[in-house]
Amino acid sequence: MELPVLTTPPVGASVEKSGCSSSSCGSSSDQMNVLPDHIMKKVQDHPCYSEDAHHYFARMHVAVAPACNIQCNYCNRKYDCANESRPGVVSELLTPVQAVKKTLAVAANIPQMSVLGVAGPGDPLANPERTFDTFRMLSEQAPDIKLCVSTNGLTLPDCVDELAKYNIDHVTITINCVDPEVGEKIYPWIFWKNRRIKGREAAEILIERQQLGLSMLIERGILVKVNSVMIPGVNDHHLAEVSRVVKSKGAFLHNVMPLISEPEHGTFYGLTGQRGPTQDELNDLQDACSGDMNMMRHCRQCRADAVGLLGEDRGSEFTLDKIENMDIDYAAAMVVRAELRADVIAELESKRAAKAAKQNVIPLVNLSSAPALRAVKMAVATAGGGVINQHFGHAKEFLIYEASAQGVRFLSHRKTDLYCAGDTSCGDGESVLSMTIKALEGCEVVLCSKIGFEPWGMLETAGIQPNGEHAMEPIEDAIAAVYAEMQAAGKLLVQPAHQLKSA
Amino acid sequence: MALIINELCVNCFACEPLCPNKAIYEAKPHFLINPDLCTECLGDHDAPQCAEICPIECAIEDEYGEVLNPPGSLTGIPLQALQALHEQSVLDQAAARS
Repeated sequence: MELPVLTTPPVGASVEKSGCSSSSCGSSSDQMNVLPDHIMKKVQDHPCYSEDAHHYFARMHVAVAPACNIQCNYCNRKYDCANESRPGVVSELLTPVQAVKKTLAVAANIPQMSVLGVAGPGDPLANPERTFDTFRMLSEQAPDIKLCVSTNGLTLPDCVDELAKYNIDHVTITINCVDPEVGEKIYPWIFWKNRRIKGREAAEILIERQQLGLSMLIERGILVKVNSVMIPGVNDHHLAEVSRVVKSKGAFLHNVMPLISEPEHGTFYGLTGQRGPTQDELNDLQDACSGDMNMMRHCRQCRADAVGLLGEDRGSEFTLDKIENMDIDYAAAMVVRAELRADVIAELESKRAAKAAKQNVIPLVNLSSAPALRAVKMAVATAGGGVINQHFGHAKEFLIYEASAQGVRFLSHRKTDLYCAGDTSCGDGESVLSMTIKALEGCEVVLCSKIGFEPWGMLETAGIQPNGEHAMEPIEDAIAAVYAEMQAAGKLLVQPAHQLKSA
Repeated sequence: MALIINELCVNCFACEPLCPNKAIYEAKPHFLINPDLCTECLGDHDAPQCAEICPIECAIEDEYGEVLNPPGSLTGIPLQALQALHEQSVLDQAAARS
């Protein structure tokens, strides 16, 4: 089976599907419509693959796979860090039986939990017994949960048939390069055929195995997403080529993530001063790699033991000692889960249909004046549901959108430190507020349900217009309205003063 | 002749299934090697399997206390940087205690 290359969808096809000839028309959720129906069906309730679905559905990872068979320069097996959890120290390493129990407990208590992934903390396929025991038991006991797995790809070709057996329909392969010359700067060694292999040879073998595994999965009709870590100066210029290669082989999505390299994580990159990309560098590369498909802009680079909606972690509610005392009636839970899923999918479908209908009739602004209008970045505080429903001071992260004459599109999320918890533990509120404002750099408007007097003033001083007039409205509609107001006020024709200053 | 897993082990399980003699076993606070069973893979493999896959520098020693994967040999991190990281973590631990 060959899947279409998504970077360059034929213009005719996108006209038929979205009713718009512009390749960047509409929001990210509309861009899902360029997916073939059978893929759309598979991803519509997967929070990681669908910008829409991630407001409604939750995922969890179980940490059953501690071993790894390669070393990456952005990883340190010794420490708990943003990318991984060290087995047995901070998070709990689970046996397959414990993982199944935890999964059933979470699925019964959080009926939105639609996807169970094994993502580490090592490489799931370097722990085939533990990983496949978990999948086998879950496919028997909880057939309503989607199963997925991520891997570095080294042993993937050996595991493809086993993966197909347990009905795993999504696999993520981390592919940072297709050129060994680049690869030897990322991977110091691999363990292969009973030997530790270093240097160029290691990268050659890893790349060959990843590409073979990718093709084998596609042949069996299993969806493949490719993750890449963007490492400036190492593979940033190479990732467009990676994107082209993996999509031509049938990967349905290419997700470019930023390198995380704090010195305190103790990684090679962290300790040798390798920097991660800036937000702009990342956005530019994501644009170049994803083309029309920007579904993964909401990727949160979750830990290997994350539980809940993206951006939240409810893992502490489901520790081993807590689930031990939980009484789970999974048959009853499955009924509730099925009802909730049907409701949400119906709601998503009606939202998509309404959006498509609206865009067919009303262009966002008069397109004849489009060339003179500039794009504007806006930040949104939301607690989920696709609407503006969060107080500015309660936002742990902001969603960043870009409005232009072509429409509204989701760009990324930016984390911020909570500066007000609504109690006496605020601490040095002002400096944290400054950090929040820094995180919003480049945005001209911030939309939220409410905002306090002090942050309002500081935001205005920083050239960011706070806006609480669109509380509880759908995000894209509100942004379109604000953009139209800015156009009417003549604010879109010239660069605003603060941008000229910073330029 | 037998190899030793020391306290640097992070319990990642990678070595355990590779041992041709089933000499490695899970224990608290870290994995251990049964010295009566370990042959350092002689006759089975060109190199001891636990030391070949272990991701942690210095976690596996021979009977003379020589480490099989010395500092920097696996990660390529310069020794100075490793030293600075180590000193920082000692400081952090001291601060956490006080």
